[in-house]
Amino acid sequence: MSDTFWIIVAGAVLTFLTRIGGHLVLSRFERVHPRVEVALNAVPAAVLTTLVAPAAANADWRGLLALAIAGLVSLRFNALTMFVAGAAVIIVLRQIS
Amino acid sequence: MDQQTHQHLQGGVVSPSAQFWEGFARGVPIMIASAPFGLLFGALAIDNGFTLSETVLMSAAVYGGASQMVGIELFGQNIPAWLIIFSIFAVNFRHVLYSAAVGRRIGHFRPLQSLLSFFVLTDPQFAETERRAEAGRQITFAWYIGVAAPIYVMWVVEAWIGALFGNLISDPHALGIDMLLPIYFLGLVMGFRKRNHWAPVVAASAIVSIAAYTFIGSPWHVGIGALAGILTAVILAKPDDRPEVE
Repeated sequence: MSDTFWIIVAGAVLTFLTRIGGHLVLSRFERVHPRVEVALNAVPAAVLTTLVAPAAANADWRGLLALAIAGLVSLRFNALTMFVAGAAVIIVLRQIS
Repeated sequence: MDQQTHQHLQGGVVSPSAQFWEGFARGVPIMIASAPFGLLFGALAIDNGFTLSETVLMSAAVYGGASQMVGIELFGQNIPAWLIIFSIFAVNFRHVLYSAAVGRRIGHFRPLQSLLSFFVLTDPQFAETERRAEAGRQITFAWYIGVAAPIYVMWVVEAWIGALFGNLISDPHALGIDMLLPIYFLGLVMGFRKRNHWAPVVAASAIVSIAAYTFIGSPWHVGIGALAGILTAVILAKPDDRPEVE
């Protein structure tokens, strides 16, 4: 087996450990403290935001405009409509300017 | 109440197969939105010296877009293997938090169901599960796998297609590929806007992750920014808006 194969396998094993690890640690406790509950409920917004903000901060004006329009669309429509709208804006802007 | 009885009580209302297809319907939009990244991964992997089978294996075994991209990017440069593996781990470390949060929803799955469920716990899978739980609906294994099935199967197929036809993508920048992932994740963030303290959590995560990205570098901005957002929620929490605990 090649080096690449083992890099992929090791990366996959470690990735699986991150996906099950939080649960394994938390399930050792009988009760979840209310503060921990609050923290866990904040996880989606807290983590997912970090995948957007630096990209937005480093985007060109076309990227920012696409994000802004997609954000507005998401107030009224579902996630797929929002994604398609944002993608359409960025592709058109990159083609014409 | 054990799982069997529970299923029986619920079973009269919605059958497992109906739950599977209900989940499937939630998975299809995610599958469509993730397709560009699955294809791009396949194309870039070949560019960076992966064979076809290695490319498909990575999508099937790691099943995490951002970490796969980082992995092949480093692979193209002359970087020691352990550092590539560590980078994949660092990019995926956020899943520890998803795992802790989602474990509360799927604690009633059987052991093998749990293993499979944690294996497919990606960002959108996590977001869908949290939103269903937020709406007060039960998370069943049939529903959960229904969400995952179309995304996972197509993710692997896309790696293969991207690897075969990747040279057709001449200019990823002109197609806005660099912005598609942020747009997609913005949609997931917006989906949680009705939760307690959403705005201050998002603001704290945004500011701190941008600062960490600038001064420390990727992928540390994810963990540091997330921690800032979570701490904000904990500090702002008043006793009366604690969710009820059993």
